[in-house]
Amino acid sequence: MKFTLSWLKQHLETTATLDQIVEALTRIGLEVEGVENPGEKLAAFKIAKVLSAERHPQADKLQILSVDAGNGPLQVVCGAPNARAGLVGVFGAPGAYVPGLDVTLKLASIRGVESNGMMCSTRELELGEDHDGIIELPEDAPIGTAYPDYAGLTDPVIDVAITPNRQDCMGVRGIARDLAAAGLGTFTPLVIPTSATPSVIPADAGTQGAAGADGERDPRRRGNDGATAGSGPDIATLDPEGCPAFYAQTVTGVTNGESPEWMRRSLIAIGQKPISALVDITNYLMIDLGRPLHVYDRAKLSGGLVARKAKPGEQVVALNGKTYTLDDTMTVIADDTAVHDIGGIMGGEHSGVSADTTDVLIECAYFDPDHIARTGQKLTLTSDARSRFERGVDPAFLDDGLAIATALVLHICGGSASEVTRSGEPPLEPRVIDYDPRLSADLGGLHVAPERQARTLLSLGFTIGAIKSADAFSDALFSTIEGKWPVTIPTWRRDVDGPADLVEEVVRIEGIDSIPSTPLPRMPGVAKPTATPEQKLERRARRAAAARGLDEAITWSFLSDAEAAPFGGGAWTLANPISEDLKVMRPSLLPGLLAATGRNIKRGAQSVRLFEIGRRYLAEAERATLGVVLAGDRRPRGWRDGKAASFDAYDAKAEALALLAASGAPVDNLQVMGEAGDAWHPGQSGTLRLGPKTVLASFGMLHPSVLKAFDLDGAVAAVEVYLDAIPPKRATGFARPAYTPPALQAVRRDFAFLVPTALATDTLVRAVKVADKVAIVSARVFDVFTGAGVEDGHKSVAVEIVLQPTAKSFTDEEIKAIADKVVATAAKQGASLRV
Amino acid sequence: MTEDLNQMRDHMLTAIAAASGLDALDACRVEALGKQGTITLLLKTLGKMTPEERLVQGPQIQGLREAVANGIAERKATLERAALDARLASETLDMTLPADATPAGTIHPVSQVMDELAEIFADLGFAVATGPEIETDWHNFTALNIPETHPARAMHDTFYLQQGIDAKAAGTADEKTTFSLLRTHTSPVQIRTMLSQKPPIRIIAPGRTYRSDSDATHTPMFHQVEGLVIDKGITLGHLKWTLETFVKAFFERDDIVLRLRPSYFPFTEPSVEIDVGYTLVKGKRVVGGAEPDGWLEILGSGMVHRKVIEACGLDPDEWQGFAFGCGIDRLAMLKYGMDDLRPFFDGDIRWLKHYGFSSLDVPTLSGGVGA
Repeated sequence: MKFTLSWLKQHLETTATLDQIVEALTRIGLEVEGVENPGEKLAAFKIAKVLSAERHPQADKLQILSVDAGNGPLQVVCGAPNARAGLVGVFGAPGAYVPGLDVTLKLASIRGVESNGMMCSTRELELGEDHDGIIELPEDAPIGTAYPDYAGLTDPVIDVAITPNRQDCMGVRGIARDLAAAGLGTFTPLVIPTSATPSVIPADAGTQGAAGADGERDPRRRGNDGATAGSGPDIATLDPEGCPAFYAQTVTGVTNGESPEWMRRSLIAIGQKPISALVDITNYLMIDLGRPLHVYDRAKLSGGLVARKAKPGEQVVALNGKTYTLDDTMTVIADDTAVHDIGGIMGGEHSGVSADTTDVLIECAYFDPDHIARTGQKLTLTSDARSRFERGVDPAFLDDGLAIATALVLHICGGSASEVTRSGEPPLEPRVIDYDPRLSADLGGLHVAPERQARTLLSLGFTIGAIKSADAFSDALFSTIEGKWPVTIPTWRRDVDGPADLVEEVVRIEGIDSIPSTPLPRMPGVAKPTATPEQKLERRARRAAAARGLDEAITWSFLSDAEAAPFGGGAWTLANPISEDLKVMRPSLLPGLLAATGRNIKRGAQSVRLFEIGRRYLAEAERATLGVVLAGDRRPRGWRDGKAASFDAYDAKAEALALLAASGAPVDNLQVMGEAGDAWHPGQSGTLRLGPKTVLASFGMLHPSVLKAFDLDGAVAAVEVYLDAIPPKRATGFARPAYTPPALQAVRRDFAFLVPTALATDTLVRAVKVADKVAIVSARVFDVFTGAGVEDGHKSVAVEIVLQPTAKSFTDEEIKAIADKVVATAAKQGASLRV
Repeated sequence: MTEDLNQMRDHMLTAIAAASGLDALDACRVEALGKQGTITLLLKTLGKMTPEERLVQGPQIQGLREAVANGIAERKATLERAALDARLASETLDMTLPADATPAGTIHPVSQVMDELAEIFADLGFAVATGPEIETDWHNFTALNIPETHPARAMHDTFYLQQGIDAKAAGTADEKTTFSLLRTHTSPVQIRTMLSQKPPIRIIAPGRTYRSDSDATHTPMFHQVEGLVIDKGITLGHLKWTLETFVKAFFERDDIVLRLRPSYFPFTEPSVEIDVGYTLVKGKRVVGGAEPDGWLEILGSGMVHRKVIEACGLDPDEWQGFAFGCGIDRLAMLKYGMDDLRPFFDGDIRWLKHYGFSSLDVPTLSGGVGA
């Protein structure tokens, strides 16, 4: 919400400086986002008089002017058709920056004639759209004066972020009220025109700058005289839910020309484009008082106007030129033949006012905030009116708002006004909160004397029992209020609905920054770990992965359909994705990591080791997962080992087991099984399972067709660890089981077995490990060989077995007996001892 | 006789000293102390001597034997040392050649900062809570006092899920159980915590959040941390102290000034926006400094709204507290000096190695939470 300082001062009598005002606004919750002084960038432009004008000898459309900008005649070449001797305009000397052209003026030679600057148009100075000629100022404008000073462009523009609760501050007047309550000045009473004068015209509008000469702008010259030209317009609300109150008035015989300069300038200053007097008046009042209005060209309406529910499928072309299809939840304003307004959101194009408008119907209605919000959301149509109505405009300000608007129309556009027609009633039931002033300390943490609290609330428009205004405050009256205060909420504060809101009002005006810090008491008892087992597991897995040389990435939770497809497809689809690339929730962490891997390789990375810990979004749940992608060189070429080595499936297996171990999984009990899925190399991948069903990890090489989809060349190894499938460790206290290292030395024995190639080595090793459950403590493959000396279809597997004696050393006979058991057990798996 | 023995000793020791290798030295030994060696033979003569002669000759011959044996041992040690030195000299390598590098991995700054937050808040008695990222309308909005028609809903740039829209169309949608959107903030974790836990509650909830927004300073996915305290007698003063303590601990500076501004969030009342003061150091904004050059918005907070407490089945006349929310990515940027948010989610290993953290940089209070 933008407004100028002088605009604010229409509602706030203050001696505060701009800096004080800006500081106070932010302090009381109206955050200032920026302050701009439009005159600053035009400070170099001066008022100048054209002394003489002659034809340029080399160009028909150019003239050579002699210009006095206060320091004697300067030669200036000018192409404006209105340039002529005697004209007083705006001059920029070399060195001045022309914002509308984005150039800095230089001494130039134009078709052989030296030019010492430029006479400017409004568009060149970004003060308007006019580019038909240079600016013409009144003849008595002071030559040599800086133009912004003369034109009143030194009025700072303040941009304030209004939080959604403060509809009342979507008008300059509401902001002024808050500032007055904060002690920044006196809130100016609003004069409601009856048959006198429109009150909202700036008091100094008649004396401001260039406008000064025009007596037409003197607000005291015209009022609502001749007020009632007939009865009010034929209007009604048939939709008391969507439009509880519909007030309107007609003004006939208007001239809809340009709005007066003071109004145009105020609108331009805050970035609004002046359109025509009638439209500008509604825009001005919306900014000024936060009261949206709508004006219809009476001649374009057929019969009376009603507020009603739209018919399903009914269409309207709105003022933004777009066609909207409506449904029966939406409130519209319509005549006998067509919809003319999406009620409270945007008017229709057909009945909008134009230069030809002579009779205008002014609508001042109260639309239900929830209805407006729903309609706006459905139509995805935003407007200044919607943002005010959906936050709730002041329901008590219909008559006054309409009176002010009508007065302004009469004043600016002439004509005579009808009586007011009122249909329906705005919701005006008084809302009262029982407020305990101790709450400012008990909830807000700030002790504020009750009387001070009362004065703050009163100055914001609340009333407390019999005290109806700040002026009415007296100790005697105040002393009559005991216990909880009956605080009545002002009609313009729809956001306030509980005691906590009143605490906020008190505390923010008092200065929320002055709340003293109060230490949070320590929780009693022994400090407990505040992370859950799952969180600790994730932390360990993360630190372990980084310790193993992997870089942690964070990739998007959403992917394209194509990326998700090989990993089972996304179970969740965004209805409104930012792009097709970020459309479905990831079923796996690998596609995101593969895409990142691809980007790294394209940037020249030789080796990529990425991991991520995050969630997979499956249909039934979000699952904590760790993903690893290994691509490029596992080992770079080097002087010791020669050629570079690339990653293989066993690297993936090593990562899987290490990360599972770090995560507390019982890795010794895991079984390697197949069925990693379609995304994997069918012969070089597997799963690690705890029992046949609980899959803790998938690992291996990825399928070439998947890699191709990610534009990756070469082999890529990957791991996915399903962190939430890892069984939690049972809490057994801190003490470990008793342990004494064995006194006797272990014995190692090697066995070489001949087995069918298809036999999984692990099957053989697991089998022989349990051949003697007491003596054998480990069994480990240390060689696998095929080729010379090994018959076709077979492989040689060498296994080292460790035997641990307990009470006394093994005898030769005992060792032989164990070895025989090992061989016999291996034979059951199809293995024969190689001799 | 003594003369002879002295001469013999000198002769033998000279030969030993001259022995150039272990073989030559062994020859000396055999010549002197071998079975037929000169000294061995001399010793044998002792038996034929008279006791008187033996008393004189014995010690002299024994002394000769000892001297020669010692000489041989010393010479042997010298020769062996020389041989070892020569072998080692021959084994010399170019120690400037590179050793195999062990790849060093990194922790992402967002994870690091989350661990830092957990550490700081653990000290204040806050546990870490989590919740789903795919949420229901009720948890993300309604329970947080953001009804369907609330303007704040539109400001949230919510990502909606097709599944939720389909359920609505089919009439099977339930506001509380139909997962229909990606959470726009971590605040639904407040709701889930209050529903599942009895007060007093102190939690932080870090995690991924989503809004349909993408430009230089916004990404459609980002990280937030939520804080919630529900207890008896909690006021804005406690909120202020907690956030001051947190921000000071996080940036590890005592000279941090916070500015509290009234603001608006539907789920808190009163609502407070927190700015942190920065000072300009070589043109860069650095958080801290007793006399700030300006303010950075870092936190939204407030006293939990009665309606939110009620929605979670608690009695707002008995329990009250505060909540806050803060962007983790932004905290990381402010502390560790990244200028741009977008590379956070690109997985560029050059960026990760530059801005990432060692696995050993585990934030601890004793070691300082920053790394």
